[in-house]
Amino acid sequence: MATENGKSLLEIRDLNLHFQTTQGVVQAVDKVDFDLGYNDAIVILGESGCGKTSLARAILRLLPRNVDRYDGKVRLGDMELMGMGDEEFRKKVRWVRMSMVPQAAMNALNPVLKVGDQVAEPLMIHAGISKENALSHASDMFRRVGVPVDFLNRYAFELSGGMRQRVAIAMALVTTPEVVLLDEPTSALDVLTQTNIFNLLKRVKQEFDVSFILITHDIATSSELAERVAVMYAGQIVEVSDAGNFFEAPLHPYSQKLMASVPRLRGTQDLEFIPGKPPSLIGLKAGCRFAPRCSFRFDKCDQDPPITYKGDRLVRCWLHAEG
Amino acid sequence: MENIQKTDQNQVNTMDNASKNNGTPLLSLKNLHVWFELKRWGFAHAGYVRAVDDVSFDLHRGDAIAIVGESGSGKTSLMKTILGINRPIKGDIFFDGQSLSELNPRQLREFRSKIGFVQQDPYGALPPFMSVRRILSEPLIINGIKDPDEREERIRKVMSEVKLNPVDDFIEKFPHMLSGGQQQRVVIARAMILGPKLIVADEPVSMLDASVRVEILKLLENLQHSHDLAVIYITHDLSTVRYFSERIFVMYAGQLIEKSSVDGILSNHLHPYTDALLKGTSEPDANNAKIFKEVPPGEPPSLVNPPKGCRFHPRCAKMIDGLCNVEDPPEFEPAEPGHLTFCWLYKQNGHES
Ligand SMILES: Nc1ncnc2c1ncn2[C@@H]1O[C@H](COP(=O)(O)OP(=O)(O)OP(=O)(O)O)[C@@H](O)[C@H]1O
Ligand SMILES: Nc1ncnc2c1ncn2[C@@H]1O[C@H](COP(=O)(O)OP(=O)(O)OP(=O)(O)O)[C@@H](O)[C@H]1O
Ligand SMILES: [Mg+2]
Ligand SMILES: [Mg+2]
Repeated sequence: MATENGKSLLEIRDLNLHFQTTQGVVQAVDKVDFDLGYNDAIVILGESGCGKTSLARAILRLLPRNVDRYDGKVRLGDMELMGMGDEEFRKKVRWVRMSMVPQAAMNALNPVLKVGDQVAEPLMIHAGISKENALSHASDMFRRVGVPVDFLNRYAFELSGGMRQRVAIAMALVTTPEVVLLDEPTSALDVLTQTNIFNLLKRVKQEFDVSFILITHDIATSSELAERVAVMYAGQIVEVSDAGNFFEAPLHPYSQKLMASVPRLRGTQDLEFIPGKPPSLIGLKAGCRFAPRCSFRFDKCDQDPPITYKGDRLVRCWLHAEG
Repeated sequence: MENIQKTDQNQVNTMDNASKNNGTPLLSLKNLHVWFELKRWGFAHAGYVRAVDDVSFDLHRGDAIAIVGESGSGKTSLMKTILGINRPIKGDIFFDGQSLSELNPRQLREFRSKIGFVQQDPYGALPPFMSVRRILSEPLIINGIKDPDEREERIRKVMSEVKLNPVDDFIEKFPHMLSGGQQQRVVIARAMILGPKLIVADEPVSMLDASVRVEILKLLENLQHSHDLAVIYITHDLSTVRYFSERIFVMYAGQLIEKSSVDGILSNHLHPYTDALLKGTSEPDANNAKIFKEVPPGEPPSLVNPPKGCRFHPRCAKMIDGLCNVEDPPEFEPAEPGHLTFCWLYKQNGHES
């Protein structure tokens, strides 16, 4: 992970985002720690409902009304974000330094606005650039993400899914942010379109000084962008490893099971699945959240596992705890 | 070129199924065409969407095949035609040797009860306000099983077959109380409850998490073996097929462009489109992030005005000008028997089948 003066680009420590519901408090993001380097790409991997989108919302402060708890440390470059007022956050951070391609963005484009205008809009709003100027930036961005420039004047419904996803990516890139969050950017797309989008993201990462946070449940395609992998389970990050080590030898028992469930085109190994299901995020008890499904469970697992650092790798599991 | 007489595709391939089976196939598709009429202003004819365009294959009892193709290639349309929901504009379907076009409404209903259907999008598949018991009762009631005790018995039996155990923990539950994997088990139980000979599973796992996906694929595989079921598994994900089926049909723009055993596709694929699909399929490997992948340019064609000749030619790096963009490729068999492809690249070494 590339750092500057020993510091990462984005540092997240003990980040919490809990929601209030009639059934109780949902601990969607719970004591999350990770770092993002300069020109880095980290994948947040986890099953449906484990809190991935909530984590993205916590980082970008896109909060619903029913927040029960929102705290922790988020540092971007030399800015501490948590202490910042909402107005300042909107002016200096969201879209300007950090942007996002939301989950299902390609189906959420404005149906009555030309896609060119939609890509130009963040520039006009957040950078105060004139419409004419913003449109010329937008057309430059279209070219870079591989959308024909004459599509600027089209509406979303006139575009294929792959093209709409490129438009959504162009929207997130047009303000030249340092961090872009991508929430399941390709899960609704075909293999060849997925490949195209990943080629595009790789090229963007080479050309711009940008870092990606890629949120996905698709382990195999996540390797198309990942430099590092963070595994999320029931609201917590349970492992962070560099991609090489992660795909070869993951540390956490949950990560190991996940890897064993990935279908491979070739080879002979049998597929495994994890019996049972993840716990409800309401009324969580002390102890390791994966323990009920873990084949290595032992008595210590009834207490919260500590975070252990192994070189650059992080793991939240008693098997790896020191002392 | 001269020594090729293009067979009219009326002639149906008998080599199609290279498996040990002989005798009457359970399901046989002969030159099936399913076109949807496009209407302007609601009445004026404006052409056809050729969702399925000349598809033929045989499926034998107990065999599992996979149909792989991108979104919009016609997979669901093909399935719905097999289920008797869509009507073919040309061609025919035979089930146990019986032509579907000759069935009367009562026979058609009976035929449908022999095919279990696992539809695309499991989350929309289950009615939210019905308990598992109600959901599984419906097909029994529709098929005239009036005795409640018999229904209960069959519901419990099928639930334990799909491993919704202990049955009492699940039978009263509503879909939203179940995990994604459990919901999909209910969908499969519903498809199994009338004791079908064939299960058609349309993307049964694509919406599910990796681990749940494996759970469901294994369940389908067990059911296939224990009940000697024929299965048609539809997917856009090549990486899952070898765990499940013996043969793969690759679909592109309404046509099956390559048919082969799973091994044949993995070790010796023939069609350039199959090649692109294989190259596009990722395996978890840290080196992926360091390389750019080759992808054919462009997008799948319109099915209203498909390209002349081979439908893949506008995207194909190996396109032979004057041939691929002019004339429909016939089906060649250039490699092992039963491994077929519609591609002009094989006109030299392949005999037309
Ligand atoms: N505003 C909210 N109020 C209450 N609960 C919420 C809210 N938003 C999300 N949740 C709950 O928080 C948990 C985590 O949801 P989240 O959307 O972050 O999961 P995810 O990992 O992104 O899942 P997926 O892969 O399905 O997108 C879920 O149990 C969800 O129901
Ligand atoms: N009832 C219909 N009327 C008109 N066109 C239709 C109809 N059903 C399907 N089509 C069209 O036929 C083509 C094939 O659709 P189909 O749903 O069979 O594709 P698919 O391979 O199942 O795609 P996916 O992977 O997205 O499910 C598409 O262009 C679709 O829009
Ligand atoms: Mg999400
Ligand atoms: Mg479909």
